[in-house]
Amino acid sequence: MFLINCPYCGERDQQEFKAGGEAHIERPKQPTELSDDEWAEYLFMRKNIKGVQFERWNHAHGCRKWFNMVRDTSNDEIKAIYKMGEKPPAQ
Amino acid sequence: MTKNLRVKSSEYIDETNRISFKFNGKTYHGFKGDTLASALLANNVHLVGRSFKYHRPRGIMTSGSEEPNAIVQVNPGTNRTEPNVRATEVEIYEGLEASSQNCWPSVEFDIGGINNFLSPFFPAGFYYKTFMWPASFWEKYEFFIRHSAGLGKSPTSSDPDIYDHRNIHCDVLVVGAGISGILAAKNAAKNDFKTLLVDEKNELGGSTVYENNEFNKIDNKTPSEWLKKEIEELKGIKNLEIKTRTSVAAYHQYNYLLARENLTDHLEAKEKTNKIRQRLLKIRAKKVILATGALERPLIFNNNDRPGIMLSSAIKKYSEFYGVVCGSKNVFFTNNDSAYESAMSLYNKGINVEAIIDIREQSESKIIKKVKEVGIKIYWSHTIVDTTGYKRLNSISTMKLSNDGTSVTGSKISISCDCLGVAGGWTPAVHLYTQSGSKLRFDEEKKVFLPNQNTSEQISVGSCGGDFKIDEIIKNLNQKLKDTLNINETDLDSIKVEIDQENSKRNIWLLPCDKPLGKTKPFVDYQNDATAKDIKLALREGFRSIEHVKRYTTTGMGTDQGKLGNMHALGIIADTAGVKMGELGTTTFRPPYTPLTFGTIVGRNVGKFFDIFRRTPMNDWHVENKAEFENVGQWKRAWYYPINGETMHQAVQRESKAARESAGILDASTLGKIDIQGSDASEFLNRVYTNAWSKLAIGKCRYGLMLNEDGMVYDDGVTTRLGENHYIMTTTTGGAANVLGKLEDYLQTEWPELDVYLTSVTDHYATASLCGPNSKKILKKIIPDLDLSDENFPHMSFKEAKIGNIKCRIMRISFTGEHSYEINIQASYGKDLWDKCIEAGKEFNITPYGTETMHLLRAEKGFIIVGQDTDGTMTPIDLQMDWIVSKKKYDFIGKRSLYRSDTMREDRKQLVGLLTEDPNIVLEEGAQIVSELNQSPIEMLGHVTSSYFSPNLNKSIALAVIKGGKDMMGKKLFVPMENKNINVTVSNPVFYDEKNERLNA
Repeated sequence: MFLINCPYCGERDQQEFKAGGEAHIERPKQPTELSDDEWAEYLFMRKNIKGVQFERWNHAHGCRKWFNMVRDTSNDEIKAIYKMGEKPPAQ
Repeated sequence: MTKNLRVKSSEYIDETNRISFKFNGKTYHGFKGDTLASALLANNVHLVGRSFKYHRPRGIMTSGSEEPNAIVQVNPGTNRTEPNVRATEVEIYEGLEASSQNCWPSVEFDIGGINNFLSPFFPAGFYYKTFMWPASFWEKYEFFIRHSAGLGKSPTSSDPDIYDHRNIHCDVLVVGAGISGILAAKNAAKNDFKTLLVDEKNELGGSTVYENNEFNKIDNKTPSEWLKKEIEELKGIKNLEIKTRTSVAAYHQYNYLLARENLTDHLEAKEKTNKIRQRLLKIRAKKVILATGALERPLIFNNNDRPGIMLSSAIKKYSEFYGVVCGSKNVFFTNNDSAYESAMSLYNKGINVEAIIDIREQSESKIIKKVKEVGIKIYWSHTIVDTTGYKRLNSISTMKLSNDGTSVTGSKISISCDCLGVAGGWTPAVHLYTQSGSKLRFDEEKKVFLPNQNTSEQISVGSCGGDFKIDEIIKNLNQKLKDTLNINETDLDSIKVEIDQENSKRNIWLLPCDKPLGKTKPFVDYQNDATAKDIKLALREGFRSIEHVKRYTTTGMGTDQGKLGNMHALGIIADTAGVKMGELGTTTFRPPYTPLTFGTIVGRNVGKFFDIFRRTPMNDWHVENKAEFENVGQWKRAWYYPINGETMHQAVQRESKAARESAGILDASTLGKIDIQGSDASEFLNRVYTNAWSKLAIGKCRYGLMLNEDGMVYDDGVTTRLGENHYIMTTTTGGAANVLGKLEDYLQTEWPELDVYLTSVTDHYATASLCGPNSKKILKKIIPDLDLSDENFPHMSFKEAKIGNIKCRIMRISFTGEHSYEINIQASYGKDLWDKCIEAGKEFNITPYGTETMHLLRAEKGFIIVGQDTDGTMTPIDLQMDWIVSKKKYDFIGKRSLYRSDTMREDRKQLVGLLTEDPNIVLEEGAQIVSELNQSPIEMLGHVTSSYFSPNLNKSIALAVIKGGKDMMGKKLFVPMENKNINVTVSNPVFYDEKNERLNA
């Protein structure tokens, strides 16, 4: 059970949060211009890395805010947490 | 026949408090402070159980939670009975009853014992090999396997006890209150860390409180004397909470630990009532100090499992702590010095020690010299090759080990004895450590796995960290405490320790025998009856991975999780396969460390607290009027209102007719309601719904369909424009929370530039839905001054009005196809609103209807229910709802996916109506639909999603999804059921009032 440092509320138990998958996948601005393959790339393809992964999390049972997390999926170490729109930390 | 083997008074045993208890129906006596195991041993009872596979007689082997054999059923036949309890952990109380498990008819005479003589036919993987063929027989095999296996019986009536949960946040959690844990907790608390110290035993001090080696001294005192003084000092320390009888079951990431605190298991039945039995502690600690100690290993030799064969350390604990001697003629078998301490403990109490068999060539520590002085015979370089005695050990035979330790030589010496103490060295209890995700390394010199890489703020101190001698323990503990707590000085700086320095050890995982391995029974896992032979067989059969060998041989898979034998299993595998222990790794230690009761896990979440549920403000009325309820998400919704003993079918038919003929009323308070405000609210709705919203006039309502980005229908509902920048959206009852979450997601992460604010108001409004041709007259009675004419208040529009002084919002919208109104009022007035509607509707025979009638009425109209007629694979086009998908809008969630090659396939499953040839047959929801009956296999075209008998049409109707269904109007298909094939015809999904004339009736 992680202890997650919500950038708006501080440290809270994992059960207050919802994981939202890989981060920094921007919704295409002009979906109609995309080929089926390009759209499928956005829609379905996720890296699911074993190791350091950039993820979206939501403080669902708290402030309801979304934020980003850098987590090592092999040992669940949370390496960084930053707000939506902020630049990811350099690796 | 029973003799009392109590040898001395012990400060931990209250001999003035005599307690009687029953074991296997016979009454025995013990004292306050005894465990079931110590009390049985004091009564000379060693035989307590039968082994799992061979039903061999087994005795008490240990004195703690690692016990593999003495697992008993406590209080059999009562509602407090509990299986698989370790006798070594049960504190006795007046009236306690316990019985052996896994034996029939009794532990003394067990029919299953014949398996022991059939053992050549029960090799490793026996079940896998034997019961596989023919596959069709598996059900028969399973019946017998399940009946002959099984340890203990679960209670059959409900648990009378109360369980509890507690959250604890602390700076430092210390697990284990042996010498290391006590010193760690004391120093942490003294340095202002909020500290929690837990131990699974009822007394603090661990093994040091009965440490009797006269050559070990702390500050010139024996370790036990010295530690007792330290324990006394703990009492006055602020910041320190101590919990005994508390076993940490699981160590999760980020220092989140679960522990079970046992509060009443040691009390008499009358004292247990109305008290919390066990409490689950959910502990979040900033730092964790593991001081879990070490478990003594047995030695692996032929017939090493007879009652009377025990761990040497257990014999010492029974003698020193409980004042009980386990045998009158004792032999020890060892590879290190600890057995000598146990031998001296017995000798000092005047108990015979016949001999010590030591596999080492020699050792010269002070304690050994002492043993020699008192005249106990030591057999150096010897091993035990066999033991005798069926229900109790009566002799051992020993032979000389060859120099390389792989064979035995010389002649066999037999020694008569009734108790054998085995000392195979110590294994650090690293179970919790590895559960935290931390990694181990193998220490070749000490032959143990030790903590290596920590994943959270934690340290392992004392013997669980690999320090076995008191001087090492104190020195390393001191440094680790300073480092982890960031302090400069501790109490330990000034402690002076003298110890008996010799610490030699000779490690042989599987001891040789004069017989070939195939003719011997060297048990590695006592509880699961796995022998060294089984492990070697698994390796011969090609198993290499330690995890596979474990599962194939069942080594380490019992309730004791292989606490005793795992290291030997690994050692034997490493030796046989010719690899190093470190390369082999260990099996995974999974939580719980010791079993948890279900009661502890669920705590107070039982009965009506099992799950959260929500009730509407009108709930009391539904209850008074005998509604049956249905769970919809967390809501309890009125399902139907049977009167005069009606069946569900009868009630629903009546309700459905009434709603169309005169007036019906539905509690619609559970629909999700989201308040949407902001200057970009219209634009936002344009992006999240498939249809256009910009031109919706203020005061008008519109139905919307929401998709996922993959183009599949996600939710639907009516949204009303309350003002220029203000909307109220309704969602499905079950989808409310998820829709809000999804909308927030897009707002915060994709479109942060939009000025939109979302608020859930589901609980703020109660909603009564009035429906039917007389609904208008009823509303008129309630709000006489509201103009209800079609000109002023047409279908799909909204009015704000007042009932008395209370504001309400009224939408003229319809989910049944009838003229109807949804009246929303502040939730606290919901019941009043409902009562007013019922009162006003009396003259029109207003009929309350539940969710089942609502479903029927909407099915007559072909309206979908998201989640019933859709399943996450249906696009609006599949639902034949092309009309709601805007062609003009540049983009909305899911739009692009509607033009993917797959979503444009003509043969996708599409929503259609289905009529049965016989109008009285109602199809089963979920039934498959086919066009050909003589195919093999028959192609499934789709399935029935909604099906009812319509009282208004007087025939059966159904909605279904069928491949290419759109182009199948009028086609005859079949619904094959178990006993018959039902003929059906594909139809328009709108069965009733296709032209929507009734909306304005």
